[in-house]
Amino acid sequence: MPKQPPDGPEADHPHDHSHADGHGHDHAHVPEEPALRVKALETLLVDKGLVDPAALDELIRLYTDEIGPKNGARVVARAWTDPEFLSALREDATEAIARLGYTGRQGEHMVAVENTPDVHNLVVCTLCSCYPWSVLGIPPRWYKSEAYRARAVREPRAVLAEFGVQIDDDVSVRVWDSTAEVRYLVIPERPPGTDHLDEAALSDLVTRDAMIGTERQLTVDGGDRRA
Amino acid sequence: MNGIHDMGGMHGFGAIPIELDEPVFHTEWEARALAITVLMAAWRRWNLDRSRFAREEIPPASYLALTYYERWITALVALMRETDLLGDAELASGHAQERKTPPLSAADVRRVIMAGGPVDRQIDASPAFAPGDAVVTSNDHPAGHTRLPRYARGRRGTIVRHHGAHVFPDSHAAGDGEQPNHVYAVRFTAAELWGADGHAGDTVTLDLWENYMQPAEETPGNG
Repeated sequence: MPKQPPDGPEADHPHDHSHADGHGHDHAHVPEEPALRVKALETLLVDKGLVDPAALDELIRLYTDEIGPKNGARVVARAWTDPEFLSALREDATEAIARLGYTGRQGEHMVAVENTPDVHNLVVCTLCSCYPWSVLGIPPRWYKSEAYRARAVREPRAVLAEFGVQIDDDVSVRVWDSTAEVRYLVIPERPPGTDHLDEAALSDLVTRDAMIGTERQLTVDGGDRRA
Repeated sequence: MNGIHDMGGMHGFGAIPIELDEPVFHTEWEARALAITVLMAAWRRWNLDRSRFAREEIPPASYLALTYYERWITALVALMRETDLLGDAELASGHAQERKTPPLSAADVRRVIMAGGPVDRQIDASPAFAPGDAVVTSNDHPAGHTRLPRYARGRRGTIVRHHGAHVFPDSHAAGDGEQPNHVYAVRFTAAELWGADGHAGDTVTLDLWENYMQPAEETPGNG
C-alpha cells in the first residue's frame, strides 16, 4: 500500500471524469469526493458494527503482500519443470494449483491455457472485471478499463501491439472472455536459454502480463517492467 | 440487460491505459473500497451475481463517469439500502442507529478468502452438449442480469470444453435461486463475431450456460 502523498490521496490520480452530471442522485448527502465518501462510509459501517476495521486491514494486507502474480509465476515455473504437474494442470487446474496453496476467492474454478509457437492466448472480461485473484491478485487498472474490455475481443492484435507484442499472421490468437466463474491463467512458453535455471529462478522470469496474455516472449533477463 | 457494462466490441474508448510499475492500489480509498465491498458480502444479504447486477444497474452515463471503485461503492450502498443493512437516516446523518456484530474478524479473513465460493453443483440432468458440438447462441435480450454478451448472441460456435454444472447467474441475481445448469467453453471464429474484421485463425471463447444455446442443426441459417 503506497503512502498517501501529503497533498491528498488523489494527487497522483487526477480525476478524469466529471461529478457535475448528477450521478449522486440517490446519495447526495454523502460526500462526492471518493476518498471522503469512502471514509465516511467506512466510519458509518464500523460505527454500526457491520465491518471490523481490523478485518479490512487484514484483507488489504493479504492482497498487497501475499496474493499476487508471484503465485501464478510459481504455477507456471512448476508447469515448465514438472511434467507430472503439467499433466495435472491440464486435467484439473483448480486441483493442481491448490497443491501449491493457491485457492479460494476468484480462483474457485481454474483453467490453464498454454501458449505454443502457433497459439497465443489472451484473457479479458468484457462484462465486468473477472480475473484469477488467487494466482494474480487484484487486476491492474488497464484490465478493468473500458478500452481493454471493448477491444480485446474485437481487435486483439491491435491491443497486443499497444503492449509491444506483434503476432505473426500464422499464429492464432485465442481470446478468452471470462463470462462465467471459470478463471483463466495463461501459461507462456518457457524462454530459450533457461535450461540451467531451477523452478525458483524460472518463476522470477514470469510476468503478470504474460499470464494475462498481453506479453508473449519472456526473456531470461526478466521480461518487461509491467510485472 | 443491454447495459453499458456489456462493452465487448464497442468503439470509441481509445488506447489501453497501460501503466508501468502499477501499484496494487493507487490510493488508500481504493483499497478500503475493495475491502469494504468484499467483507460486506459476508452478511449474505446478496450474492455475487446480485452484486454484479447492482453495478450494471448504474445508469450508463453515470457508469462511464465513475471510476472503477466508485462503481463498487455506488452499487454497495444501493445493496445495503435495499437489504436494510443501512437506512436512509443513517446515510444522511453518518451516524448508526443500532449496533451489530461484524460477521468476520481479522482472524477469519484469510480462511474465508482461501475458501472462496465455489459455484459448481451436482445436478441430475446430463450435459446436452459435448466438445465438438456446433451450437447457436440465443438472441434473447433479457432485462435482468445475464452473462451472454450482446456480441455473442445469435452466433454459431463450437463447444470446446464442459465445465460441469454451475449456479445460473440470471436466476441467482434475480433472487430466483441457483438453478444450476451445465456450463461450456464455446469457441467462435473471429469472422463469425466480427465479419470482415475478424482475422483468419483467431477465435474468441466464452463460458456459456446450456440454456443460452441450442444445437446448431435445429436453427439452420442462423449465424
